[in-house]
Amino acid sequence: MSNPQHASEPGKYLLEVRSLSKLFGDFCANDQINLAIEAGKIHALLGENGAGKSTLVKMIYGALQPTSGDIIWQANTIKVDNPAAARELGIGMVFQHFSLFEALTVTENISLALPPQLRGGDLSQRIAELSSNYGLPLNPDALVADLSVGERQRIEIVRCLLQEPRLLIMDEPTAVLTPQEADALFGTLNRLTSEGCAVLYISHRLEEVKQLCHDATILRHGEVVARVDPQAETAATLAQHMVGSSVHEIKRQDGHDTGNNLLQLINLNQPADTPFGVDLLDVNLQVRSGEIVAIAGVAGNGQGELFSAISGETTNADFDAVIIDDVACGQLSINGRRQLSAAFVPEERNGHGAVADCPLTDNILLSRHAVRDQGEALHKGWLGIDHQHLDNINTRIAKAYDVRSATMDAEAGSLSGGNLQKFVVGRELDRQPRVLVINQPTWGVDAGAAALIRQALIDLSRQGSAILVISQDLDEIFELADRVAVISRGQLSEVYAAQDLSREQIGLLMSGAHEKPAHATSS
Amino acid sequence: MQLILEKRAQASAIMNVASPVLAILLTVILGGIIFAAMGQPPLKALYIYFIDPLTNMWSIEEVLVKAAPLILIGIGLAVTFRANVWNIGAEGQLTAGALLGAMIPIFFAEWQSPLALLAMFALGMIGGAALAAIPALLKIRFGVNEILTSLMLVYIAQLLLDWLVRGPWKDPHGYNFPKSVAFDGWHLVPMFGDGRVHLGLFIALALAVVLFWMMNRTIKGFEIKVIGRAPRAGAFAGFSKTGTVWFCFLLSGALAGLAGIIEVAGPIGQLQPRISPSYGFTAIIVAFLGRLNPIGVIFAGLLLAISYIGGEGVQIELGVSDKTAQVFQGMLLFFILMCDTLIHYRVRFLGAKGAV
Repeated sequence: MSNPQHASEPGKYLLEVRSLSKLFGDFCANDQINLAIEAGKIHALLGENGAGKSTLVKMIYGALQPTSGDIIWQANTIKVDNPAAARELGIGMVFQHFSLFEALTVTENISLALPPQLRGGDLSQRIAELSSNYGLPLNPDALVADLSVGERQRIEIVRCLLQEPRLLIMDEPTAVLTPQEADALFGTLNRLTSEGCAVLYISHRLEEVKQLCHDATILRHGEVVARVDPQAETAATLAQHMVGSSVHEIKRQDGHDTGNNLLQLINLNQPADTPFGVDLLDVNLQVRSGEIVAIAGVAGNGQGELFSAISGETTNADFDAVIIDDVACGQLSINGRRQLSAAFVPEERNGHGAVADCPLTDNILLSRHAVRDQGEALHKGWLGIDHQHLDNINTRIAKAYDVRSATMDAEAGSLSGGNLQKFVVGRELDRQPRVLVINQPTWGVDAGAAALIRQALIDLSRQGSAILVISQDLDEIFELADRVAVISRGQLSEVYAAQDLSREQIGLLMSGAHEKPAHATSS
Repeated sequence: MQLILEKRAQASAIMNVASPVLAILLTVILGGIIFAAMGQPPLKALYIYFIDPLTNMWSIEEVLVKAAPLILIGIGLAVTFRANVWNIGAEGQLTAGALLGAMIPIFFAEWQSPLALLAMFALGMIGGAALAAIPALLKIRFGVNEILTSLMLVYIAQLLLDWLVRGPWKDPHGYNFPKSVAFDGWHLVPMFGDGRVHLGLFIALALAVVLFWMMNRTIKGFEIKVIGRAPRAGAFAGFSKTGTVWFCFLLSGALAGLAGIIEVAGPIGQLQPRISPSYGFTAIIVAFLGRLNPIGVIFAGLLLAISYIGGEGVQIELGVSDKTAQVFQGMLLFFILMCDTLIHYRVRFLGAKGAV
C-alpha cells in the first residue's frame, strides 16, 4: 500500500496538531495534545470513553474551537472556524450517529448536506458511480427509512467522498456494523488510502485497529499517553495503554445447574409505536434460573423495542406474550413486573435509566418506589418519602458496587459514565432480583467498571436468578453468556449454546440469515 | 473581544436564588430609566411604586387582597410548569370558575348556609378544571400544543362572561348596568377586621404549604418532576405521562377557578364584565419568580401584588398611564427568564483579559 504520488509532497505530515488544549470551564478535556497524520495512512485514535477523542476530532473538524495550541494543515497553521471550513480544506467526517432524514431518499439526503456547487449535474449518477467504485453498494433512490444501519453509514461515507477529502475522520464506524459489513468497510478504507487519502480512525476495538491501522495515538484522561505502531503491539498491551493498568479478569465456572424457566416470551408480537421503529415478530425465548442468555445484534434491530416489551414500558395485548416467574404479564405495567421480582436496566443511562439532574437517592426511588425494601415501603403516601431509608440503600450500593461520586448523594449527571452505570446496575442488583433484563450492560464505560459489572451479573446468575443480556459487544457476550440468540429486524434467531457458536455464525445471523420472508409471518 | 455563554458543569445553586434578586434589581433600574424618559423624577416614582404601598395599613391590606389570587393560581402553575406542561390559560379558568360558582347566588339566592359557600368553592374549582380539561384532552388525544389552546380559551371564557352579565344573568333591578345581582350573606367570602382581607388569602397560604409538601416530600411530586425533566425515565419509573398532563391541568385549572369564585364572592361581590386585572397571566410571572416552588410563590405573589398597587399609586400621584404596572410585570418576566440562563451558563469574555 505505498503511494508514490504523494511521497514527494513537501512536509512529512498532512495534518499536525501541536499542544492542542481544550478547557470546558475548569475541566480539561484535551491537555497539550500532539498528533501527526501522514497522507495515505490510517491513523488510529484510541482511548476509552471520556478520554477526549471526540473533543480532539471536533476541534480538527471545526465543531469546537481549541483553547490553545495549533492545527497545521499541509505545513500551514490554520484556524478551522466551522465544519464548512474544514470541508473546504478537504477534511471530511463520518459521525457515529448519523443525521439523516428517514423520509427522504439517499440522493436527497446527500444533496441537502452538500455545498451548492456540488449539487448540480446528475447527482444520483455520481453517487451510483462513486459507491460502486469504492465497494459501497448503495441505491441512490432508496428511502433512508428502509436501509440498514450499515447502508446508512455508507450514505455518510459517500457524502464525504463526493467532496474529495484529503483526510477522512471516522468516529467508531464499526460500532454499528456486522463483522461482514466491517470487513467491507476496511476494504473501502484501504482503497482510499491507496489513493493518498488519510484516515483518522477512532475506535476502542483493539483487534480491528491492529488489523487496519498504520499508526496509533492513545489518549487517556485528555492526554496523549503513547504513540505506537499497532502492528507491533498486542491487544493486551494496547488495552494497558488505554486503561493505564491491567484489566481485571472475570471469574466464572461453567457446568453449573440451571432450573425453571423464570422468563418466557411466547410468540411475542409487537408493532412498532413509531413509523421508523422496528416491529417484533414472533419472538420466543426462555431464560432459566441460574443462566445468562445474551441477545446479540446490530444496533437498531429491535433491541430497544424488545426491552420495552419485556420491561412493560410497552404493554402487550396478549397476556401470555411475556411470562415472568409463571405469571402471565403481557398487560402488567413495569411496576407490576418489578413486584414479581423482575428488574430492568435500560441502555441509555441519562434520561432513561436515571435523571441526570436528580440526586442519586431520587434515582433509587425512580425504579424502586413500587417495591418494598427489606419489607418496608420507600414512601408512605402523604406521610412522604423515607429519605433515611433511601440514604441507606445508596450507601449500600456505593459500597457493594464501588460507585464513586464527589458527595454521597451527588446529582446523577455529575458521575462519570462508568460510575453512573455501576450505580444503575447496582440499584437493581441490590434488590437481588429473580429476573434481570439488561440492555447494553457496559456500553461506553471504562474497562474497570465493565469488569465489575460483568462479574456482578455472573454472580447473580449463579445465585439462581435468570438474566437476559442484550448487547452489541461480542466479546462481552462470549464472556457472559451461557446461551446466545441473535436479533435481526425484530426477529429472534434460535438460541444456541455459547460454546457451539462462532463469531462468523453470529455475524451471519446478525445479517438476517434466520429471518422469515416478510409475507410468511404467522400469528 | 468576544462575549460567550459557557455551559456550567453543574447547575449553580447560588444563581438559582440570586437570579430573581438580580431580575428585580434590573427591573428597578430599567424602570427608573423609563420614568426618567417620561419626564418623571425616577427615585420618587420608584418610591411611590415599590415602597409607598407598604407604608400604610390600607395599602398593605390591598396588597394582601391582590396577592391571594396570584398565590392561588401561581402555586398551581408552579406545579404544572414543573411537569413541562404549559397552561397559559389560567385567566380563562379563573373566569370559568367565577361563572360556575356564581350560579348559586344568582339562581339559589335563598339558600343561605355555610354549605352554600362551600358549594360555590366546589363549583368554582369544577368550572376552572372543566375549562382546563379541554387543552389537556386536545394535547393527549391529538397532540395539539397546549400553549395555544389554553390561551385561546381565555377569550372564549371572557366573552361568555361578558355576554352573561349583559344578557341572561343581568340583575333585573340593576338599572341596566352589566352586572349580576350583588351577592350577600353566606354567598360572600368572610372578611377579617375592618379591611378587605378575606378568607381566600388563608386558603391560598394553606394550599401553598400542602403543594410544597406534595412536590418535595411525596411520590406524586417526584412523579411530576421526573415527567417534566426526563419523560423516558418517567416511563421507566412506571409513571404515566398522560396522567400527569391531566393532573396538572385539572389541578391548576381548579385552583384558578377557586381564585375566580373567591374574587367575585370576595372583593368584588358580584359578576361584572371584568373580574380580574389579568391575575391569570401575572401568575405566570409569579410562578417563575417563585422558582416554581409553592413557598417561593407566596413571596413572588406579594411582590407582584405590590406592583399592582404601586401602578395605581404612580397613576394617581404622577399621572402616568395605568399600563405602567403591566410594563413593570413584563420587564420582570423578561429579566427573570434572562437571568435564569445564568443558572446553567456562565458569561465569559474572550480575547480581552480572560474570564470575568
